[in-house]
Amino acid sequence: MTGTAATPAMAALARQLRRAQRRHQWRAAALTAPLLVFLLVFFLWPLASLLLRAVENPEVADALPATAAALAHWDGKGEPPAPAYAAIVADLRALPETAQAGALARRLNSEAPGARSLIMSAYRAAQEWPRLSAAEAQAALLALDERWTETAYWQAIAKNTQRWTPDYLLAAIDLRRTVDGDITLMADEEAVFGRILWRTFEISAIVTLLALLMGYPLAYWLSTLSERRANLLLILVLLPFWTSVLVRIAAWIVLLQNHGVVNRWLQALGVIDEPLALLFNRTGVIIAMVHILLPFMILPLYSVMKSVPSNYLRAAVSLGSHPLAAFVRVYLPQTYPGIAAGALLVFITAIGYYVTPALLGGADDQMLSYYIAQYTNVEVNWGMACALGAVLLTATMVLFALYRRVARGGLSLG
Amino acid sequence: MPFKLLLAAVAATVALPVIAQNLTVVNFGGANGAAQKRAYFDAYEKATGGKITAVEYNGEQARIKAMVEAKRVTWDVVEVESPDVNRGCDEGLFEKIDWAKVGNKADFQAAAVHECGVGIFVWSTVLAYNGDRLKNAPTSWADFWDVQKFPGKRGMRKGARYNLEFALMADGVRPADVYRVLATKEGADRAFRKLTELKPHIQWWEAGAQPPQFLVAGDVVMTTAYNGRIDAAQREGKNLKITWTGGIYDLDYWVIPKGSPNRDAAHRFIAIASSPEAQANYARLISYGPTNNKALALLDAKVLDQLPTAPANARDALRFDIRFWADQGEALEKRFAAWAAQ
Repeated sequence: MTGTAATPAMAALARQLRRAQRRHQWRAAALTAPLLVFLLVFFLWPLASLLLRAVENPEVADALPATAAALAHWDGKGEPPAPAYAAIVADLRALPETAQAGALARRLNSEAPGARSLIMSAYRAAQEWPRLSAAEAQAALLALDERWTETAYWQAIAKNTQRWTPDYLLAAIDLRRTVDGDITLMADEEAVFGRILWRTFEISAIVTLLALLMGYPLAYWLSTLSERRANLLLILVLLPFWTSVLVRIAAWIVLLQNHGVVNRWLQALGVIDEPLALLFNRTGVIIAMVHILLPFMILPLYSVMKSVPSNYLRAAVSLGSHPLAAFVRVYLPQTYPGIAAGALLVFITAIGYYVTPALLGGADDQMLSYYIAQYTNVEVNWGMACALGAVLLTATMVLFALYRRVARGGLSLG
Repeated sequence: MPFKLLLAAVAATVALPVIAQNLTVVNFGGANGAAQKRAYFDAYEKATGGKITAVEYNGEQARIKAMVEAKRVTWDVVEVESPDVNRGCDEGLFEKIDWAKVGNKADFQAAAVHECGVGIFVWSTVLAYNGDRLKNAPTSWADFWDVQKFPGKRGMRKGARYNLEFALMADGVRPADVYRVLATKEGADRAFRKLTELKPHIQWWEAGAQPPQFLVAGDVVMTTAYNGRIDAAQREGKNLKITWTGGIYDLDYWVIPKGSPNRDAAHRFIAIASSPEAQANYARLISYGPTNNKALALLDAKVLDQLPTAPANARDALRFDIRFWADQGEALEKRFAAWAAQ
């Protein structure tokens, strides 16, 4: 464009061209804008607030400023310094509404079980107390509940005076912060999320593998049929998509229970004497999840197989290859993109499963989402729920990145 | 001018209450929801002419919390479980109850009177079995744990709540001492150890509708269950039986989410639902005990015998300790998850 002999006419042409390009860019931006705004509002923003919630820790800082100051130089051993008692009474009296005391009580209780009743009873009592001297405040608190001498509760307060905390995230990977600020492993009976995360990936991996093993031959067969018959059969594959997940789960209960259809047939055929335990355990969860997720495997496989010319395979066989070898060395590699897409789709969908394991699994078949729901709805500890969500998100993204490296960019889903 | 004023006054008395009387009432649905509809919702609609929109939920307090925090409260009256009435009250999610509008506190069971809630009914988590399959009735939690005497699977709720209490009672702790023991580290260890004994024989349930299905299908020989669910199955002709010894009874409460625009109508609804007549009607439909003691006089012996509040049934029962679970629940549920994964 910027040739040596730039004439005015060429400059004008360049200007026009640039203008046309800019217009083109604007149009592209305008066309994608709705989606970008949608993603921003309904995906990135909630995601950011989820990550923020996982580290936010305003309860103690907001409610107990004087207590925090009184505990600033406490070493976390034995009883707290005497002024802390008067400070906490003053802080609790100064709270404008019960809700703040409740939030404080909830926060401290998840750190030191029992703190809820301790804080709430002190808050309620402190409203009635007259102005007390430091010594009187201490005596009044101890008279109210002798647990006020216990170090654990004061440690919980001292630890959480900062507005931001790594504690939820640490707890989500079975670590904890001591009062000295050191990071240690959780006690064995509390270390649970590592195992649950592992279980989540294990179940998802098994489901993905089974879906691949069952989906591959079916997709292959479909790809060899005429368009019309294949479309008809694809509708059958898609049919489960249009049925509610709950209905399908209920159907599996009918089929798989002890005196259900499957067990009755197996017994009638003499295959088994005692009914097999197919429900409310890992087996039931996996059977139902494979069934629900199978279409996600078959569709990408089918679309890739459809594009593989069938004469390659015939050529390999006619050149003397064993049919099996021809399949493995000629056909299979051409379907790798379909396998990768299907497996990724199934695996990532499976990781977030909640209803199916909840209704068909036992106590040790629950996946991470179950515990996220429990912290959200039952314990109402949203910090912990968000931290678990963040861990699940991170683990999924790490896996996806690993996959991209292994697949060398052969497929892009995002 | 006076005519206009009169018109305005008439319009105010006639029109306003009608608009305000429509309510959204939230409960857990199922057989219980159906009984509430007939005994409570219909009574309210008949008495006031207002419409009730019934909504079902699963007890997720997060939904109330989100509504209250966003100051867009669309639920007017909500049924909550007892730990939630305390916690929500502490955290400012519920309106304070104006008891003058509800009724005479003295008529109610002590546990039903709460700063932020009104007890709806007494229910119990009990040992249940299928009378067609078990000829010898299990009589205690020790029997529930005895897989020699009663071979087969046991249904239990997925979670720590109730199960730890049952485990301690099976281990010989008297109902009155259960929570004192469970509050200590050794007591909790003991409960989990006892639960481990039974672990290979447990089939876990998630929803209250499952235990009677397990029993009817023959998947388990005994199960923990909500007594009302067993009662509903009995009404369908199933021979399910309850062992009341060592059952844990508890109350559900009406609460009014903070900032509900229909507070007065909500109180009116709670007052109607807490009247002796409505509560007696409800107890006839599902065997949950009335919280208004005056309702008991309206019930005949056959209905009374099936209620958790009947003297014979309540004698060896345990009152669910809200405070204990509010304090220890999160830690114990986490420990339960760790225990289950072992």
